[in-house]
Amino acid sequence: MDILTLFVIVPALTVGILLFTKNLRQARLTALAGMLIQTAMAFHLLWRYWQERSAGNDAVMLFTKDKLWFPTWGIHYHIGVDGISVLMIMLTSLIVVAGIFVSWKIDDLPKEFFISLIMLATGVFGFFISLDLFTMFVFYEIAVIPMYLLIGIWGSGPREYAAMKLTLMLMGASALLLVAILGIYFHSSPDGHYTFNILEIAKNAAIPPAMQKIFFPLAFIGFGTIGALFPFHTWSPDGHASAPTAVSMLHAGVLMKLGGYGIFRVVMYLMPQGTLFWTDFFLVLAVIGVVYGAYSAIRQTDLKYINAYSSVSHLGLVLFGLLMLNKTAWNGAMLQSLSHGFITALFFALIGMIYGRTHTRDVTRMRGILRIIPFIATAYIIAGMANLGLPGFSGFVAEMNIFVGGFLNNDLFKQTMTVLAASSIVVTAVYILRVVGMMIYGKPKEEYRGIPQAQWYEKTAIYILIFFISAIGMIPSFWIKFIEPGVENFLKPFLH
Amino acid sequence: MYWDIFHLMRNEILIIIAILTVMTVDLFLSKNKKHHVIRLAHLLFAVILIWSLLPGKTGYLFGHSYLTNPLINFFKAIMNIGVMLIMLQAVNWIKRDLIPQGFASEFYILIWASLLGLNYMISSGDFLMFYLGLELSALPIAAAVAFEFFRKRSAEAAIKYIMLAAMSSAIMLFGISLIYATSGSIYFHDIVNTKEMPLLELIGFVMMVSGVAFKISLVPFHFWTADVYEGAPTVISNYLSVISKGAAVFILMILLFIPLRRYEQTWTIMLYVLAVLTMFTGNFFALRQQNMKRFLAYSSVAQAGFILLGVIGGNVRALETVIYFILIYIFSNVAAFGAVHVIAMHSGKENMKDYEGLYRTNPLISLVLMLALFSLAGIPFLAGFFGKFFLYATAAEKGYYWLVFIAVINVTISLYYYLLPVRAAFLRKSENPIPHFKSDIYTRIGLVILVLGILFLGLYSPVYEYIAEISKIF
Repeated sequence: MDILTLFVIVPALTVGILLFTKNLRQARLTALAGMLIQTAMAFHLLWRYWQERSAGNDAVMLFTKDKLWFPTWGIHYHIGVDGISVLMIMLTSLIVVAGIFVSWKIDDLPKEFFISLIMLATGVFGFFISLDLFTMFVFYEIAVIPMYLLIGIWGSGPREYAAMKLTLMLMGASALLLVAILGIYFHSSPDGHYTFNILEIAKNAAIPPAMQKIFFPLAFIGFGTIGALFPFHTWSPDGHASAPTAVSMLHAGVLMKLGGYGIFRVVMYLMPQGTLFWTDFFLVLAVIGVVYGAYSAIRQTDLKYINAYSSVSHLGLVLFGLLMLNKTAWNGAMLQSLSHGFITALFFALIGMIYGRTHTRDVTRMRGILRIIPFIATAYIIAGMANLGLPGFSGFVAEMNIFVGGFLNNDLFKQTMTVLAASSIVVTAVYILRVVGMMIYGKPKEEYRGIPQAQWYEKTAIYILIFFISAIGMIPSFWIKFIEPGVENFLKPFLH
Repeated sequence: MYWDIFHLMRNEILIIIAILTVMTVDLFLSKNKKHHVIRLAHLLFAVILIWSLLPGKTGYLFGHSYLTNPLINFFKAIMNIGVMLIMLQAVNWIKRDLIPQGFASEFYILIWASLLGLNYMISSGDFLMFYLGLELSALPIAAAVAFEFFRKRSAEAAIKYIMLAAMSSAIMLFGISLIYATSGSIYFHDIVNTKEMPLLELIGFVMMVSGVAFKISLVPFHFWTADVYEGAPTVISNYLSVISKGAAVFILMILLFIPLRRYEQTWTIMLYVLAVLTMFTGNFFALRQQNMKRFLAYSSVAQAGFILLGVIGGNVRALETVIYFILIYIFSNVAAFGAVHVIAMHSGKENMKDYEGLYRTNPLISLVLMLALFSLAGIPFLAGFFGKFFLYATAAEKGYYWLVFIAVINVTISLYYYLLPVRAAFLRKSENPIPHFKSDIYTRIGLVILVLGILFLGLYSPVYEYIAEISKIF
């Protein structure tokens, strides 16, 4: 068994064992054990990757394994990782662990909850290790469908509507992606030996530019929808607002990253001419997303909606960075994926804890929670500061790189766009500070008497997330070292 | 010599033997011992099924009237699997509804006779055998649709089915006679060689295809589907939706790819239009269905549209992907109908609203239903995804990207309605959900096999590769 396949096997086995658990206690312990093993493996992988790279191995992908699956169609089970996927795997495993801690007391159908949650994680892990378009697509859809049950069964508010909207929009987008994948496949090779292998397709570079222009937007929208590309982001606020806490965390923290990752790994890499042709168009959409998301967040009063729109804005920055097509911006985009994953997961975890105690998510109806639940409130302020890009936290490093990268283009249009996108930082500060001011400071309300403090499992989740937010912010160079070789390799089609 | 004939026609001969055996045994059973037939029938059919799984030979009989090769043989085996699974589901229905009226063997005789007809149909080498097989498959089913004759809907469905089937065979027969009039032969391999292509023959060809389209329930020949499926006993609807439809698709491919190859340009356009119409109509009508059987009827219309995506490829690839899809479709759809059937048997309810809160009282059957519907919707890693993906790929290989695009939009539409029963069973809570029930051993075996098929037929690639291997017949 190779080291990467284990990342799919362990969650799958965990799901298998979960089927036989009897109650909440057994279910959560099984889930936690499985995912702790997964996290340990993720760090082991990080370390192994570091060793390989230090030893001078400069292959595009490490730990690759290639197994023929459907010979007739040339479908392979082909896996491998570079620094970026390694970090994404780490992010995913940590957030799943944090999510399990946050759902420690889930009472309704606990077994089914953890099964769906880990099934979703299986899809995400599989997606990050895939190097074959077919396998990647399979894992992508495995990650999407459990969302329906997770939001529909354990959600709140208009959960059925939100679940259906989310599922249909994401599956509709993946349907577009499917057409693009078939288009890429049937032009993947000059001699008729078609392949789904990403590295091979890029090496052949056989897709005619005319075809790239057709299939690029399909694929970009396909992945962009899950990455909250304006105007295909509408599933995200509703979905996040209705989802249970752990699912919001996992969804905003990890699942939405599949969009940017897929665009980086597949869409741009395989269709460079298409990218150049469509950049300006999608750049405008991305900037609209960034600014619109931030302004929408100002108007919201529901904490989850605020954070969901904030996610739209910050993930818009990922797409924005990718469309800038240079190393600095791409480093920033990848770092932003990572950093936003931790920050938004922390946010949603805290919102879940606050909601569980005050039974409202309406900021106008809360006041002075700092004096009541100081630990949670402080953590919320930290998350807010990280989100608005305070130096020392991860958000600053990521956004700095993106904007510097954006300005490196000697192109008035792109520079203007950069300025517009950068203006969102100010707006972000407004909505973060507004919430902090209204909800956290001030004199506590009477009815808050007797609200319990943060429990050990909640604290664990918070500590994990804050640790990584600061770790990225304090020593960005360490993380950049993982990201940079990947970015350089995947930027090659654009450096003639 | 006779052994050779037996070997080439073994499936048909064995089915005839089984029919005769059951018929004879039934004569000697008194009215209160009818249930022994059930075990006998399953035993006989299990033997046929296992025998049919052995690899087949290539050959012909009766001067090319009857053809067989490993692919045809394999397809017969697929149909046998499907019929076996349907028979397993039928047991509780037979025990509860038929035996008290003194029926039991009739069900097996009718369904096997129809299967026999389908076997002859897909083995046919000329239009005569084709037509005979088709009729033999339709008439017993018309009788079986009317099995619950005490229910008005069942009788109505039977009348509808027999009238429309007769109508469509009449049109088809007329088409065949036109083809004969111009080409001077009813043998497929003679027609291949005729050079001219007069308009008369084209008209004949279109009429003939519309006859087959009726069986596949392609739009605009689908009007009978929902009413008949709703009125017929669920097991018979199940049979109509998978076995009869699958065989018709198979023979359609054989007809289009071999004798009617000259019309490739014409039938490509035809299939294109039919596929688009069928997908949209099936899906839009399925959206608002409340009765689960009508729901599955329209879903099966839509699935037929997806199948055409593969047929349109017109090559060996098309053959292999469509047969693979049919295999998977049999498992998914039989499971979906099976779940509906089991629930209806134990609670008498077959509306979507009745399913609310089902998961909390009957988790296992809800899971079966969910897996079946997800497989029909084409969600990985279930088998349905692989089936659909290869169909799209076949169409895309020919450059029909627009068709694939339309199909994936339809998949998204279909996902909406496939999620509705899941929503009812899993998301909703109900004041009086369907109470917990335990199904009998036959049903359980059947459902377990179906679920295993849905889970592993796609992931386990040798199945596909085997079909690809034997599909290289031309």
